Amino acid sequence: MAKQTARPSLPGPDDIYRVVLSNGITVLARSNFNSPSVSMGGYLPAGAIFESDEKLGLADFVSSSLMRGTKTRSFDAIYNALESVGATMGFDSGVHNTSFGGRSLVEELPLLLKLLSESLRTPAFPKHEIEKLRTQMLTGLAIRAQDTSDMASMAFDRMLFAGHPYSRPADGFVETIQSITRKDMVEFHRAHFGPMGMVISIVGAIEPKKAVEAVSRVLGGWQVPGQVGSPVLPPHKPVKKTVKRHHSIAGKSQSDLVIGMIGPRRRDPEYFSASLGNSVLGQFGMMGRIGEVVREKSGLAYYASSSLSAGIGPGTWEVSAGVNPKNLKKAIDLIEKELRRFVKSGVTKNELADSQANYIGRLPLSFESNSGVAGALLSIERYNLGLDYYQRYEGLVRSVTRDDVLATARKYIDPDRLVIATAGP
Amino acid sequence: MVNKITQTTLKNGMKVMLKEIHTAPIISSWVWYRVGSRDESTGKTGVSHWTEHMQFKGTKKFPASLLDKAISREGGRWNASTSHDSTRYYETMPADKIDLALRLESDRMQNSIFDAREVASERTVIISEREGHENEPMFRLTEAVQQTAFHVHPYHHEIIGDMADLHTITRDDLYNHYRKYYVPNNAVLSIAGDFETKSMLKRIKELFEPIPKGAVPPRLSRPEPEQKGEVRLSVEGPGETTFIQVAYRFPNATHPDYFPLQVLDSLLGGASGLSYKTSRLYRALVDKEFAVDVSGWSEATIDPYLYRITITKHPKRKPEEALAALDKEIQKIQDVLVSSNEIKRAVKQARAVFAYGSENITNQAFWMGYVEMFASYDWFTNYLDKLAKVTPQDVQRVARKYFQPKSRVIGTYIPKGKEA
Repeated sequence: MAKQTARPSLPGPDDIYRVVLSNGITVLARSNFNSPSVSMGGYLPAGAIFESDEKLGLADFVSSSLMRGTKTRSFDAIYNALESVGATMGFDSGVHNTSFGGRSLVEELPLLLKLLSESLRTPAFPKHEIEKLRTQMLTGLAIRAQDTSDMASMAFDRMLFAGHPYSRPADGFVETIQSITRKDMVEFHRAHFGPMGMVISIVGAIEPKKAVEAVSRVLGGWQVPGQVGSPVLPPHKPVKKTVKRHHSIAGKSQSDLVIGMIGPRRRDPEYFSASLGNSVLGQFGMMGRIGEVVREKSGLAYYASSSLSAGIGPGTWEVSAGVNPKNLKKAIDLIEKELRRFVKSGVTKNELADSQANYIGRLPLSFESNSGVAGALLSIERYNLGLDYYQRYEGLVRSVTRDDVLATARKYIDPDRLVIATAGP
Repeated sequence: MVNKITQTTLKNGMKVMLKEIHTAPIISSWVWYRVGSRDESTGKTGVSHWTEHMQFKGTKKFPASLLDKAISREGGRWNASTSHDSTRYYETMPADKIDLALRLESDRMQNSIFDAREVASERTVIISEREGHENEPMFRLTEAVQQTAFHVHPYHHEIIGDMADLHTITRDDLYNHYRKYYVPNNAVLSIAGDFETKSMLKRIKELFEPIPKGAVPPRLSRPEPEQKGEVRLSVEGPGETTFIQVAYRFPNATHPDYFPLQVLDSLLGGASGLSYKTSRLYRALVDKEFAVDVSGWSEATIDPYLYRITITKHPKRKPEEALAALDKEIQKIQDVLVSSNEIKRAVKQARAVFAYGSENITNQAFWMGYVEMFASYDWFTNYLDKLAKVTPQDVQRVARKYFQPKSRVIGTYIPKGKEA
């Protein structure tokens, strides 16, 4: 019936073009001529990990300032150039990296790259724009303080990663944002923004070689002597027994909860068994087993699911839900019970097979848009997965056994050493 | 978006829209019902959205436990949503698995069970969904503005429904709603992706044509009388941030003024889907530090609805100062003709957003059906041309006609956080 004519085309070594420029920038490109648009994304190692506790949010402040004015263009001129042609671009900072992304019609790619280069290399940090931005960021923090989900997540990170850089919110606190000066920003930019460790991917209606040339033209000459490399992550302290914290926000009708523990890093060998196990636990179908007990059977929550967040350093494995404040304990008990069941008997043969089929079947869907492909190329590079990763993916998924899932669950999940954070009235 | 589409109506009155796209081995299928929150009467608000939830609770052939897993197992993505004017269900699947989605949708068009226990358990899920919304200052403000703007027309209430009704709606209310509106002659099926139209249509006929036609359900029609004077309201709640929402009345999506108003929206608040830092309101309110953010928002609807401007107030300003800055900007666009270059820019922006949308197959199937809910597919294909024909005089005329203080509602969210 659905006679297929399109070739299932997973990105691979024959159509991903990867070049390292002489200054260290890695460029990845793949073409897609189905639409006249192009997506661009990337990152460079200038994240919150470099910040002192007193200046928390500095990387975020710097990345938000990059488009607020450069040596050659004002804030308004930058956005006027972009918006006049329907292009978008933005920067964001996390713990390890400052990332960027944008898209445009393909004929505007040179403009997009030029603005990227100017923002990265010659930001002017205009004083009046910084102050405007500071007010906007402080308002953002005031809104965050009222968000039960954000506050539960922050409390969770603080307990799980006590004493570790991952315990800190990358957008800082009111006092730290107030204390950051223009000089701090200029210095941070000078020390950490440079071509070393920078990665950029371009996907869309352009030949890969031409995309690389376009990047090389604007960024190939960027040199930053003395660019400071990423620090080594300190070890984190394991949680000794279950810890709980409630963050009180008056006047709210719903509480959010996060229950979890440390998860694997993206490069760890048990990543796939953790990921598939997590799918059974709180993703597959209507939010897996967690969704089944908390939402479907008990009607306690609109959302209740589990997630694995795996990156460069230790990841998190967490269950989250939004429930009526009076049902908080009931929901926590149900989730704890599910976690105990999960480490006791793991997953069934059918459950694992279902999640494996889901992972394999949905892969082409993640490459529907240029930005999806651009993001996939960045993951390959960031975690050194190999250009053939998506072609090997099915095998990687299929090779996970029930025993693998159980062993991984037992390695990471100890129901007597949970971190439980809640926020609400 | 050059691909041609095939439109046809089955013997039982169900409309089918098909668009072949052979760029990736994916198919996205959407079923649309012409029913939404605007068809709900007092006491039954939220029944459309709750019915949408019940459609995931199973039929005899696809019990909930199986239904849940069947789509995911095949690598599909699926969901549903309810709007003022329609209720829609979609599955985006690997192309060779689409038959499952079609079988499922044809089955649940008539065979959903609506088990009483499932209704009871879903009641608390939906109440929890609403409580989650109520956590957000913006939801509370938006709801209050909407309730004030519509006294007669059922756009009055939020799609999720009033809390009182979520406690009292019964299993039979939901089931009756389902039987009344979920008939093939009240439905549209829109499919885009990697298939061959002829064989796809054959399969659709096999699955959907046997479903008997029903009575065409009437749509609730209670026109809102003209507003005679500005209304101001306030909502108090936790937090430190003041939000202001100004709602003007906008015509329905097929009204001739709709396109000049889209241009106007684009000039004031920025093009939908792009950043808006050079829009007139951003420059006047955020750059000048009356606000830390401002955005404009309109919706294509069957009946006249609202254009909302939402301001996140600057902590050092008073709400009246921010409003005065807004009024000055509106006055300006009413008094001074915009340049034709500004209109050209808005068209270029819309063209780019269309190009981005065409990367995505799910998005293309969505648009076919979505437009059908309030207009016809021509509305979509002619969109850019209609935008390009708008003149500076058109923009001025609609700015004067629709941006009238006497027909607006101004709501302010007053934070009580610091004192609490």
